[in-house]
Amino acid sequence: MSILIGSETQVLVQGITGREGTYHARAMREYGTKIVGGVTPGKGGASLDGWPVYDSVQEAVRHHRIDASIIFVPPAGAADATLEAAHAGVPLIVNIAEGMPTVDMMRVVRELKDLNLRRRLDGQPPIRLIGGNCPGLVSSGKCKVGIMPNRFFASPGRVGLISRSGTLTYEAAALLSEAGLGTSTTVGIGGDPVIGTTFADVLPLFEADPATEAVVLIGEIGGADEEAAAAYIAGHMRKPVVAFISGRTAPEGKRMGHAGAIIMGNVGTPESKLAAMARAGVPVADTMPEIAALLSKALP
Amino acid sequence: MKLHEYQGKELLSRYGVAVPMGKVAYSPDQVRAIAQELGVPVMVKAQVHVGGRGKAGGVKYCKDPDAATAAAEAILGMDIKGFTVKKVLVTAAVDIAKEYYAGMIVDRNVQTYTLMVSKEGGIEIEEVAATRPEAIFRLPVDPVAGLRPFEARRVALEAGLEGSLSKIAQMMVALSRACFAADATLAEINPLVVTAQGEVVAADAKVDLDDNALFRHADLMHYRETEAEHPLEVEASNFGFAYVKLDGHVGIIGNGAGLVMTSLDVVNRVGGKPANFLDIGGGAKAEVVYNAVRLVLRDPDVRGILINIFGGITRADEVAKGVIRALEEGLLNKPVAMRVAGTAEEEAKALLADLKTPLIRMYPDMFAAAEALAREVSA
Repeated sequence: MSILIGSETQVLVQGITGREGTYHARAMREYGTKIVGGVTPGKGGASLDGWPVYDSVQEAVRHHRIDASIIFVPPAGAADATLEAAHAGVPLIVNIAEGMPTVDMMRVVRELKDLNLRRRLDGQPPIRLIGGNCPGLVSSGKCKVGIMPNRFFASPGRVGLISRSGTLTYEAAALLSEAGLGTSTTVGIGGDPVIGTTFADVLPLFEADPATEAVVLIGEIGGADEEAAAAYIAGHMRKPVVAFISGRTAPEGKRMGHAGAIIMGNVGTPESKLAAMARAGVPVADTMPEIAALLSKALP
Repeated sequence: MKLHEYQGKELLSRYGVAVPMGKVAYSPDQVRAIAQELGVPVMVKAQVHVGGRGKAGGVKYCKDPDAATAAAEAILGMDIKGFTVKKVLVTAAVDIAKEYYAGMIVDRNVQTYTLMVSKEGGIEIEEVAATRPEAIFRLPVDPVAGLRPFEARRVALEAGLEGSLSKIAQMMVALSRACFAADATLAEINPLVVTAQGEVVAADAKVDLDDNALFRHADLMHYRETEAEHPLEVEASNFGFAYVKLDGHVGIIGNGAGLVMTSLDVVNRVGGKPANFLDIGGGAKAEVVYNAVRLVLRDPDVRGILINIFGGITRADEVAKGVIRALEEGLLNKPVAMRVAGTAEEEAKALLADLKTPLIRMYPDMFAAAEALAREVSA
């Protein structure tokens, strides 16, 4: 088992003929992901590595069952591409684009809410967006819908991993493998101020996933997503959770690379996040290697 | 991108926010001319990208052009928290009856803007938020519809604002329109003034624009002032690096914002002080790393560099090649502590092991690297 994706997931690549799109489509296939085709408006009818290229997501959906779409479109067009996939009914959309205007994401998130309300009335499952500015997700040994290096996610493990940061996700996955724990599913939720899926959205899925025995949450300064996650953990989770918070010594008002990683006044401070985790009984690792040690202690 | 007050007012007024008459000036003579033209008492206000101008003496009320000229002489050239005042805004002084606060900010918790309104204007809103959070009324603004007049009126009433309800609401609606249209991440009117004559005007404006959206605002690009930024930050942005100048001595280079933030944390933990944040991004080639090393070395505060790489898409051997190029070109004159792991780690270690220099040292983890370097540069 895994969450959100699995060995049967059929994936569409939006922007497949672009440099990044092509590169990562091939890397995903190498990992074992079932990629069924791609979309590049204006290049419909072409083919790439044997994959059919369509003009629109709508057209791709007519030819294949699409379970997930991954978006490799420049930031100026990424919101449009996301909504295109949503309106075509793709249930899982992974937006990799880095540098999207925040207002665009606000409107995407708002439109998805409306769309999901209508879908619920029609008895259809909701559409979920992961990202933007995220590395995607991977169900170890089964399926990758993302850009993470394959080698750190080679075989299925016991720990669910959720993170706002890309590189720290890879580092954590490597640490968990070395410690003999490994990852079940890894979800990179992204470093932007407005994102489609938050920690608190992913935690219930891990809680319900029989393949996940514990969860590692990698947060950072800025916003209150970690606090919301802590509240959920305190109220609903039985599985152990270990957290790591980066940017604990960052100065106020400086944007640390991620648009979302900024302390403004008393919002987004590490003190608030650490206190929330402490209240929820979640141990917070001071260094990355400590994550594995804390997990080993928490796991039976 | 931060805007000056006069730029923020110019922008907001385009969308219907009423602001007092005023102009920006670069010399006392210009200030005198503007004050004469306005023909009323004026405020002379330092235009710098930093808060606390008033407390620093950078804002003065002047009853006539002579006083305005004298104020300009005092304020121009003044240093406010490390920023030299190069221009002032000369603006008609308003006859204040009430001072309120209205602000829009990107709020990740509600995934849209939150409108904040308070009766307690004129002071730092952070202060109000910290001491009397109940004095701030908040409303998430629908990102498709924007703020509607009925919502603005409701917020004004709930916050207890007094004065023309329709004019106050009009200003808030205009503020919302400006935020969505110009991609602001923050837009504050503080104080929002109700004058003795019953007019509603923005007596100050603080606007930050979303850097990710500047591509669609060619008309706002002239607001960017590279001289107001740290020269190294300007150079870094030309290279496409996420770079922030900090005030310590340990230069930091890493791949990925989270990893670089973590490196900062580790340096602080071991008693060092980071000189910068520098993220080379994903998939950097040797040349990018070489440029990053050169940039950090140009900072006179830097006494040593911590390079922390976890190779994912980035290959650790490319990083090593970039550092080696800097060494071979004789640019490296300060110690470099390196931690490389992940993709192509073995290749990188092989390349670096061949070097016969005491300047580049390898460590098994970031903690050890930071500790050794912090000790060395503080010695």
